[in-house]
Amino acid sequence: MTPETGGQTPPPVAKTARRTPRFVEAGWHEPPRLQYVRFSRLNRVLHVVMIVSFLSLALTGMSLKFSYTQWAVVLSHMFGGFESAGYVHRFAATVMIIMFIIHIVDLFRRKNREFGTWKAMLTGPHSMVFNAKDLADFIGNMKWFVGKGPRPQYGRWTYWEKFDYIAVFWGMTVIGSTGLMLWFPEIFTLVLPGWLINVATIIHSDEALLATGFIFTVHFFNTHLRPEKFPMDTVVFTGRMDVEELMDDKPAEYNELVRNGTLQENLAPAYPPIVERVIRAFGWTAVTIGICVVVMIIYAMVFAYR
Amino acid sequence: MVRMSMMQRRHTGAKMHGTATRPPGLRRLGRPLTLVVALFASAAVAQESSDCLACHSDETLKGVRRGRTISVFVNETAFTASQHGSLTCVSCHADLEGKDFPHVEDPAKVQCGTCHDGEEKLHAASLHGKALTRGDPLAPSCADCHGAHAIKPVEHPSSPVAPLKIPFTCAKCHQEGAPVQRARTIHQDHILENFSESIHGEGLLRKGLIVAPNCATCHTAHSILPHTDPNSSIARRNIAATCTKCHAQIENVHRKIIKGELWEKEANVLPACVDCHQPHKVRKVFYSQGMADRDCLRCHERDDIRSTEDGRSLTVDPLVVADSRHVKVSCSQCHAGVNASHLRPCSTITQPVDCASCHAEVGQEFMLSIHGVLLAKQDPNGPTCKECHGTHEVLGKLNSKSPTFPTNVPDLCARCHREGEKAAVRYVGTQHQIVERYTESIHGKGLKKSGLTVTAMCTNCHSAHSILPKSDPASTVNPTRLPETCGRCHFGIEEQFNKSVHATQQGKTDKPLPVCNDCHSAHTIRRADEQGFKLEIMNQCGRCHEQISKTYFDTYHGKVSQLGYTKTAKCYDCHGAHDILPVSDPRSHLSHDNVVGTCQKCHPGAGRRFAGYLSHATHHDPEKYPFLFWTFWGMTSLLVGTFVFGGVHTLLWLPKAFQLRRERRLRHAQEKKDAAAPSEPTVPSEPTL
Repeated sequence: MTPETGGQTPPPVAKTARRTPRFVEAGWHEPPRLQYVRFSRLNRVLHVVMIVSFLSLALTGMSLKFSYTQWAVVLSHMFGGFESAGYVHRFAATVMIIMFIIHIVDLFRRKNREFGTWKAMLTGPHSMVFNAKDLADFIGNMKWFVGKGPRPQYGRWTYWEKFDYIAVFWGMTVIGSTGLMLWFPEIFTLVLPGWLINVATIIHSDEALLATGFIFTVHFFNTHLRPEKFPMDTVVFTGRMDVEELMDDKPAEYNELVRNGTLQENLAPAYPPIVERVIRAFGWTAVTIGICVVVMIIYAMVFAYR
Repeated sequence: MVRMSMMQRRHTGAKMHGTATRPPGLRRLGRPLTLVVALFASAAVAQESSDCLACHSDETLKGVRRGRTISVFVNETAFTASQHGSLTCVSCHADLEGKDFPHVEDPAKVQCGTCHDGEEKLHAASLHGKALTRGDPLAPSCADCHGAHAIKPVEHPSSPVAPLKIPFTCAKCHQEGAPVQRARTIHQDHILENFSESIHGEGLLRKGLIVAPNCATCHTAHSILPHTDPNSSIARRNIAATCTKCHAQIENVHRKIIKGELWEKEANVLPACVDCHQPHKVRKVFYSQGMADRDCLRCHERDDIRSTEDGRSLTVDPLVVADSRHVKVSCSQCHAGVNASHLRPCSTITQPVDCASCHAEVGQEFMLSIHGVLLAKQDPNGPTCKECHGTHEVLGKLNSKSPTFPTNVPDLCARCHREGEKAAVRYVGTQHQIVERYTESIHGKGLKKSGLTVTAMCTNCHSAHSILPKSDPASTVNPTRLPETCGRCHFGIEEQFNKSVHATQQGKTDKPLPVCNDCHSAHTIRRADEQGFKLEIMNQCGRCHEQISKTYFDTYHGKVSQLGYTKTAKCYDCHGAHDILPVSDPRSHLSHDNVVGTCQKCHPGAGRRFAGYLSHATHHDPEKYPFLFWTFWGMTSLLVGTFVFGGVHTLLWLPKAFQLRRERRLRHAQEKKDAAAPSEPTVPSEPTL
């Protein structure tokens, strides 16, 4: 969701990325490698916040959902018992809701600043909404998978990235609303029948299962752990990717940038190796926790289900 | 004359006592006596008494009787007022009838039997009479008790044989220091003192109850015989008859010790009244040790006295007995069968001590208990009374030193019931480590740590003497009786429980119903507000309510509880603990009127709709919970669909991704090789359009 490149004002990301002297002082004598800036600072921060809150929610929530397993009891104790695990869950939920609201506000702001109307924003080339190209790309991708065609020329957002985004958008709405019902059943049952709380429980828990399962497997693979990116694609934390990678992965976007002549203004020096290492450590921690959760879920579903 | 004397007698009698208050025995005696006296008086009218009194009214007149000079003065006023006042002198001094003055120096002894022949016969056969015949100078004649000329009717309070005076009349000879008591073999000592302190003496002498027994009531007035004489009113065989003259209904009220019929049929084997209620000391007993006990201790106080059978020590420490609960019980009362006429009175003892001879009810209970049954089979595991209560040192359960004092009972039972001991070894049930577990239980802590003597210990639940295995329907811990047993302390709970669906009284089902220990356990019982108990209780309910418990664990409440959190609703929070009732019952915690209030205990803001929450919902039942069923399957389809799509997509991608990785590596290697020759810029050059 980088700003539209056709705007008159220089993009804010490029501005921030130009603050470089620190790295030179830090003993980096060679001029730093320049990278394409793909994500704004706000979006990077939000993703990190999302990871932390999502993992907290997943761990505390799963310990309750699979309370009949031994690991759930241990996990619950690691959070200081069920009661404090509950507080962690609700705190993380609050954080995530705030994050969601910030994102929505950001969308409004950018609509006003860059597009003017929702229609322009949602139907434009950088929209997160599925369009005809995505269908074509999906078909092309399937063909490429089976060796029946070339790799599609992806634009800024591939269809699976859009799917992830939409899925999270949907998931947050569904899990968030049912979660609030479970949090404040007394208020909701002032108007809704009591059995809807039971329904909300099922939806909340199964949708959470879907979200965690999907994020910790498909999303991890698609965006972070895919063999050509292995060990990790850190673009969402650094906001930067090599231009070569951009050429390979998003040829349509690259060509557009070159065509517009705006590639240079979207370049910024890479972060020093120490920052990269911290980011990788954080990323791997998140991924490890995520995979653990998947393993625990599979264990609970296969060996302890009842 | 006859009429006058009778009228006079009646008149004076009524004036002095009031006939209504006179004891029936005295009244019965009075009338024929008067008649007899009156008849003789009319026959002997010839010689007037005034003739005699002409001389005998002189106070200084002396005469000689059997060699002793005595006063022969007769107080005319006293005589006229006496019972015999209407008789003439010669009516009694018959040998002087028609004799002229001066009569013989030593007239014959007055024969009361001339008129009172019945009494005389009895007296002659009695101890007193025989002694008199023998010429015993200490033997009493009629006048010694009744007086001579101033003889008064029995009813007259100043008569020496009036009820209140009899003890003192008898005491003239029988009190401590009197000649008879010193010179003759009398088995009782301090008779007057003991009697006056006894309940009988107190009634008579302090309360003035003339119906209270005096000496003559038990010993009779004239036929006084030693207790060894089978005809004596105080002979062992007759004692019961004597006592029941007054205690007529004793057999109806004294059944605890002796069954009425046995008392009469087997008077020889059963203890007589006096065995427990010592003569002269009835109830008000202050004896330190009976004479008999001292006899026993003569041998048994010795340190070296041993049984000839098995060599066990037979020493008895009198101080131990003195501190015991049986301080007032004499040796022979427990060690029955002694014969005082033997040199070793105990040589005739054949039976071991039978506590049931006094503790009849307890003995009955014990014989029916498992302990008693084992004992009857001569099983070495069967405990006797003394194994719990001890022997001579026996103390009441209220004495803190007693092994049967509440705080000591667990240790007492543990002697056999501790793991590894004889009772625990032969036990085949499910309760193990009972002593240790009890000590850890709330009851054990209450008793031992908090020192609450009212806390339940072994005998509170199992009973002290009627101990029976749980399987026995008569056992206090049999499921049918357990609520009642627990309810003895937890009364309010029992009351609630008996109205609940779980009570057998409600009789709605033939399935086995739970009782107290099914939820609370037996020996490991703990506080119901402790976390461990709260978490366990759900599994207890689930033992019978399998399905409903499973569905509970599908809900938030159940899941949270499973994580070890006790604040969420558990079975009893909604259904009640002891007062569980069907939802259809308006008194149920979950009835339409009460359910919202029940939810509000934890969810203060809960309303009617809130109570619509399905606390036992399951998504596996499309009939009962279609919404949940379809929601679940809708969500599951979404899940499965998404994962299948994502999974297939990923798997298809995988080979291509590896291919890309290889290509990129090759390209990088190529670039490095190129870079080795001319230096290339880090940033790739802009591609040309």
